[in-house]
Amino acid sequence: MANETPLWEVFIRPRNGLSHKHVGSLHAADEVLALNAARDVYTRRSEGTSIWVVRSSQIVASDPDQAEENFEPTGDKIYRHPTFYDIPEEVGHM
Amino acid sequence: MALFDAVLELADDHLVLGHRISEWCGHAPMLEEDLAMPNMALDLIGTARVLYDHAGKLEGQGRDEDVLAYTRGEREYRNCLLVERENGDFAVTMLRQFYFAAFMEPYWQAAANSSDAVIAGVAGKAVKEMAYHIRHAGEWVIRLGDGTEESAAKMRDAVDELHRYTGELFEEGAAEGEDALPSRASIRPAWEATVAGVFAEANLEMPEVRYAQTGGRNGIHGEALGHMLAEMQVLARAHPGAVW
Amino acid sequence: MYSQGLIGADGSTEETQEFLDAFQKRIDAEEKIEPNDPMPEGYRRTLVRQIGQHAHSEIVGMLPEGNWITRAPSLRRKAALLAKVQDEGGHGLYLYSAAETLGVSREQMTEELLSGKAKYSSIFNYPTLSWADMGTIGWLVDGAAIMNQIPLCRCSFGPYARAMIRVCKEESFHQRQGYEIVMYLARGTKEQRDMAQDSLNRWWWPSLMMFGPHDADSAHSEQSMEWKIKRFSNDALRQKFIDATVPQAEFLGLTLPDPDLKWNDEKGGYDHGPIDWDEFWRVVKGDGVMNRDRVKARKKAWDDGAWVREAALAHAVKREARMQAAE
Repeated sequence: MANETPLWEVFIRPRNGLSHKHVGSLHAADEVLALNAARDVYTRRSEGTSIWVVRSSQIVASDPDQAEENFEPTGDKIYRHPTFYDIPEEVGHM
Repeated sequence: MALFDAVLELADDHLVLGHRISEWCGHAPMLEEDLAMPNMALDLIGTARVLYDHAGKLEGQGRDEDVLAYTRGEREYRNCLLVERENGDFAVTMLRQFYFAAFMEPYWQAAANSSDAVIAGVAGKAVKEMAYHIRHAGEWVIRLGDGTEESAAKMRDAVDELHRYTGELFEEGAAEGEDALPSRASIRPAWEATVAGVFAEANLEMPEVRYAQTGGRNGIHGEALGHMLAEMQVLARAHPGAVW
Repeated sequence: MYSQGLIGADGSTEETQEFLDAFQKRIDAEEKIEPNDPMPEGYRRTLVRQIGQHAHSEIVGMLPEGNWITRAPSLRRKAALLAKVQDEGGHGLYLYSAAETLGVSREQMTEELLSGKAKYSSIFNYPTLSWADMGTIGWLVDGAAIMNQIPLCRCSFGPYARAMIRVCKEESFHQRQGYEIVMYLARGTKEQRDMAQDSLNRWWWPSLMMFGPHDADSAHSEQSMEWKIKRFSNDALRQKFIDATVPQAEFLGLTLPDPDLKWNDEKGGYDHGPIDWDEFWRVVKGDGVMNRDRVKARKKAWDDGAWVREAALAHAVKREARMQAAE
């Protein structure tokens, strides 16, 4: 395994004004080669204006086993959404 | 006709090198390079096509890009010797690419204001492509030169093999006295600076060249070019007049 | 390009019925499964196998067309073919990436390909003998691939589905590129027309085989369908492909090499003659014209490139040390 070329995750900004979005991964020995490879692999059809590469091993992910405790408690906090509140129609758009 | 000949030289440089790089497709040291090398080849072939088209129009005898590319033999090809060198290993390929791009990038910079609108147009696009080729190939020259003992030895061998062909890059050729194209000799300082910068990081030394090989601009090539053209042209020549 | 109907994946699995039912419920609700989600071992294994085979097919698939890049008869064709073969490399890369989310490395998958353990689409074990094959491969082989890959965009496994969306988007030019080549040949000189017909004669049946064995003989199809890794049966996709291709061949004035091919009003599709499954299995098992050469070429590229990969890693270590020293 020590001999394997590290894996990198690639994020591309499709155009200015938008966020970088994950597009896939690739292998490269270092960050410069990773950026070059990302350019050659993932932007062959004018897909982007900016690239981020991050070593896959550096990504910290939430645990799917904790998905329920992480994400379900927000489901019933409906007062965070505008439709929770009754405003008479004649007030107009708010 | 001097401009026709000069544009043809440029076109041949780009097609021959583009063809050489395309030979790697599917056989690269890693998948990422299988994507990178065709990108470089497509840049070069794209530039060659515009230049052939332009040359054909300058000549005015109805020769289009394919007639120019597919029906001339090695004595009629006017590319420099560097670009026709066989791929060899990855070190040779990357160094050849780096040497060429390090020349073409400042060349196209200088051509951007050419009185010839087509040349100026090509220059505007190609200068960016060459900047990337310098970076891509240059980074590899550095990694191979400053990698393992084995890779460093291969990189030194590549320099030893190819450096003798770099002097020809600076010969004016058919462009001598043509205002529409930059002087090749004037590119030397920029080329030397780019190469010196990468060589310093790659632990490579600029070799003394006893005799700089030359002759491509007069159609005096090494033997490998004939084989390359034979392969490239076989189908087109076997069916004269056919449309593909 | 394409992986044929999955060959030899074992979907058996040993989890509790309760776990399997809960998983199946998610699948049935069209929920996507993501890499870290709990999943049956059989599901994971099937995907690793299938995505791996698919990736290998793309990579090996670079070779038959790569064989003509240096001989393309015009600069326009050369550029298009090069871009297409490059795309195939890209598709292999996307697919390896998708498989790697399941905990198998690209190196491991590559070793399985080079050792002959992993399969790839048998279509690439046929030789490309004329320029017309570049057209026919684009038209038929990529055409068959698209039939198969479009449903894979809705595969239950998120990374595979996302990779396939990207692949399908990029591949839209491949089939047109191929058909255009054949069209020029069909409208060209007699020699060009003969070249096109000969190529069609050689590639038609192998293209039909790309969809894999008949449903009745397809060992692991059912489980894959249940898990929504696969959405349509081999035979259904094959029929769809034939129905789409026959009129395209007629338009070109070329003849598909199957005397039994005729329209069946009742089923609203074409009937076709028997497929030579002995040939199919022979080639799958390694005895096609090009099997050995294909793997040999990939092995050579990998072995010849070892010193380059090692150099890059060695340089990265030095670089890292220098950067730390500078801090």
